[in-house]
Parts: sequence; C-alpha cells; structure tokens
Amino acid sequence: MITGLGVLAPNGHGLAAFAGALREGKSGIRHQPHLAELNFGCQVGGIPENVGEIEKSYLTDEERMAMNPNMVYAAIAAIDAFTDAGLVRPAPDADVVDWDTGAIIGTGIGGIDTIAEKLAPRTDAGKVARLGSTMVEQIMSSGNSARVAGLLGLGNQVTTNSSACNTGTEAIVDAFLRIRDGRAKRMLAGGSEGHSKYIWAGFDAMKVLNRTKNDAPAEASRPMSASAAGFIPGSGAGVLVLENLTSAKERGARIYAEILGGFVNCGGHRMGGSMTAPNPTAVQRCIRGAVAMAGLRGEQIDAINGHLTATFADPHEVGSWAKALELAPEKMPLIHSTKSLIGHALGAAGAIESVASILELHHGFVHGSINCDDLHPQLTAYESRVVHRTREVPGLEIIAKASFGFGDVNGCLVFRKYHA
Amino acid sequence: MDQQEVFTKVVGILKPFVKAPEALATVSMETSVLKDLKVNSARLVDVVLEIEDTFGIAVTDAQADSVKTVGDAVNLILAAKA
Repeated sequence: MITGLGVLAPNGHGLAAFAGALREGKSGIRHQPHLAELNFGCQVGGIPENVGEIEKSYLTDEERMAMNPNMVYAAIAAIDAFTDAGLVRPAPDADVVDWDTGAIIGTGIGGIDTIAEKLAPRTDAGKVARLGSTMVEQIMSSGNSARVAGLLGLGNQVTTNSSACNTGTEAIVDAFLRIRDGRAKRMLAGGSEGHSKYIWAGFDAMKVLNRTKNDAPAEASRPMSASAAGFIPGSGAGVLVLENLTSAKERGARIYAEILGGFVNCGGHRMGGSMTAPNPTAVQRCIRGAVAMAGLRGEQIDAINGHLTATFADPHEVGSWAKALELAPEKMPLIHSTKSLIGHALGAAGAIESVASILELHHGFVHGSINCDDLHPQLTAYESRVVHRTREVPGLEIIAKASFGFGDVNGCLVFRKYHA
Repeated sequence: MDQQEVFTKVVGILKPFVKAPEALATVSMETSVLKDLKVNSARLVDVVLEIEDTFGIAVTDAQADSVKTVGDAVNLILAAKA
C-alpha cells in the first residue's frame, strides 16, 4: 500500500504544487547561465526552486552544514512523505527508534559536487586538515538515506541503491518486496539527485543532452518528438511511504494506491544492449514480469508512464511496451512522459515519476506529455494513445511505470488505485 | 580583543552545533561544550576550523583536545592572540 508521498521537483515542491504543475503542463526546465558560462552544449536544466529557503524549515543549521543538494532533496521529500502518511516525526533527542520502518533511497551519482568542490581541491592542495568533519557523510553513497534515517528515527533496513536511471524505480521495487517478505511494516522508498555541473558535464560530453533549445527551455525536453535531440538534465527527489495493508488499516491511514507488481532485470549488454543502450528483450521481459506479478493482461493497463527521455531510444521503448503487453498500437494504454515537464532527474527520475503516477491515479487524470506535437514518425501508429494535453480520466485504475538505465538495467512497477 | 568579546564570538561559533539550545541561555565560561551544549564530538573539528579562521590563529591537535569548556576555548584564543 502507498500511504505517503513526498516530492521536490523542478516544477513544484509538495503534492499540491506538483499535481497542479502536472495538470497545467508547467515546465520546470529553465535556462542555466552557469552552464552557458562553462560552454556546455546544453544550457538548460531542471532544478527545484527556492530550496535554500524551504530547507530551513526542515533542517537545523548543523544538519544543513553537513548536507549537499542530493541529501537535502532526499530529506525534504522523505519528511514530506512521512508526514503525508500521517506519521509523526520524532523529536531529535527522543530515544525512540521505529524498528518496523526502513528506507531505500537511491541516487545515481551521489555527492560528486562535494568531491569536486571541496574534497579534491583541498586534498590536492595539502589541506586535508581543512576538510572538516562532514566530507565522508556527504560523499558516501548512502549519505542520502543515512541522513533520512537520523531525521526520522528509522530502525529497519536503511540503504541506498544505485542503478543509474533505474535507481528510483528499483528502490520502490526492492522496498515493496521487503514488505511483502514480512521484513518491514513500512519502507520509505525513492531516489534523489543533485544538480551539479559535475553531474551533468559527463552527459553533455557524450552529446546525449539536447543542445538545440537553449533559447526555449520549456520546449527543450521533447520525449517522443520527431525533433527530440537528447534529454534535459533534471534533479530533485521523490519518496513514497510503502506499508503493508494490516499496518495501514491499524493506523487508519489514507491509502492512495497499491503496488500490484514490480520487476527488475538487466540485459547483460547483449542482444542489442550495451552500457548505454537497452537490450529490448530484457526490457520486454521486465515489463512482462511486473505485469505477470500483477496478474493482469496488457489491455487492463490504463496508462504508461514511460522512461521516454527524448533520445533515439523512445520509439524502441514504445515498441517494446507494445510487444510486452501484446497489444496493437491503437489498443495501447495512454502513453506519456513526465520527463517532458521536468527533464531527466537520473537517480530520482523513477521515484518522482512514480509520485506523478500515483497522484494521477488519486485525482483521475493523465498529464499531458508536452513537446511532441511533432510526433516521431516511427510512433505515428500510436498517435491516438499519446497524451499531448492533460486528460481527465475519472476511471483511471492502473498505471505501469518503467525506468531503463545505463548498465542495461530495467525496472517496472504496476500501480492500482486503492478502493477501501 | 577582550575576554567578553572573544567569549561572545566563541558562543556564536558554537551556536549552529548546539543540540541543547536551552543551555545557551545560561552559557558561561564553565559550560561544557559536549556535556552541557551537547555538541556532537565529531563536529569539534569544524568548531576548531571556524575558530582558526575567525581569530587568525593556528590550533594544534593537542590544544584542541584540551578544550572541554567554553572558557577553555576562550583562554586558548586569548593566549594565542597575546
């Protein structure tokens, strides 16, 4: 059961703002002058706004001094999700640990900004003594989940997973399976990613970021478009509170939705897969695995929130969905990409997009996938299924969400609206 | 720089690290940094760096280890500035 949601996205912080932004088709992609000054090809990106102010009401001065944006984003989304679930944040000095609640909060890149801006230059300058006490907790891969554990007094498994762009989705699958195994009552699950130039530079160097829309940021992220020319980097965090039904009912918790199925796999860098491209057979096996666990047939899925980043892979992804669900193009679920509004938040992407999917189920709409009015020619047969403008779908019951990442790794979740 | 001035600056440096903010209301030269103000011992490294930058002094590891109270820090700074 999903009983709590938290989100910090480039186009909105908090459920009301984020749901409103999705509905309105509000883009969170903005011009980034610092990227222009540094000669990036792509000079736009998605960065949550006003975090410097927002974080003051979530974190103490001491905590903030020991946290980079990746950790701050995770903390804000996790506290929001915890509170949204009706759980009470324990006092910092209360010796109470919640042994039944854990967290799997992933990140794709982690604290590379701390390494680049502080650790490496001071170390190379012979100033190790000037590093202070907070380097390790900011650069350890598990820094984001570790901080959340302390903020919320979590006593079950607390860890950070990492599987590139599949990270957020994988975290939710893993947390779901942990609860299903009876090893935890509740898990916070999701992902976070900072917005450093050092994170984005490597992607820019690969020329996988769109550099053709620097003068029109809101049009830059173009999944499924004929003029798609690469993804737009994003950042932020999404966290879900997953909980077993017994616990949710005992607490009288509001239940948004349930996870019917979850699956992860890898394409082994074979059969067309590589470090940077997905093996289509593995993608289809992953989708089939999640749908089979859900006990559904393809035609029972109402909407797909795809990975759909705006690279050459989009038409292949849609083709894989059709094959896995065994549906003709005109019979496919509604297809859309949250990345069209917020860019690709890397390790946070699957989590933020899952929050989007659950809000859609909860409120009965499918948000518009903007910037693909010039649909890619290989997707012409799917035209009627691509959601260009937000649609009210009161009967929306089931959304499938998938992520496919570098390393040829895949994840798929099937969410169903909850009816008491 | 007199003792009161140094004391005020040291308390200001400690403030973000203090986990018992109510203890700041009665802070004195005798106040223990760890026991009374409940500063996380791992953060003493950061407090010392802040003191070095604020007062333009160098603090050795042995000197840092000898600081137990706010007064210890103040006296260490006054001695270094003398």
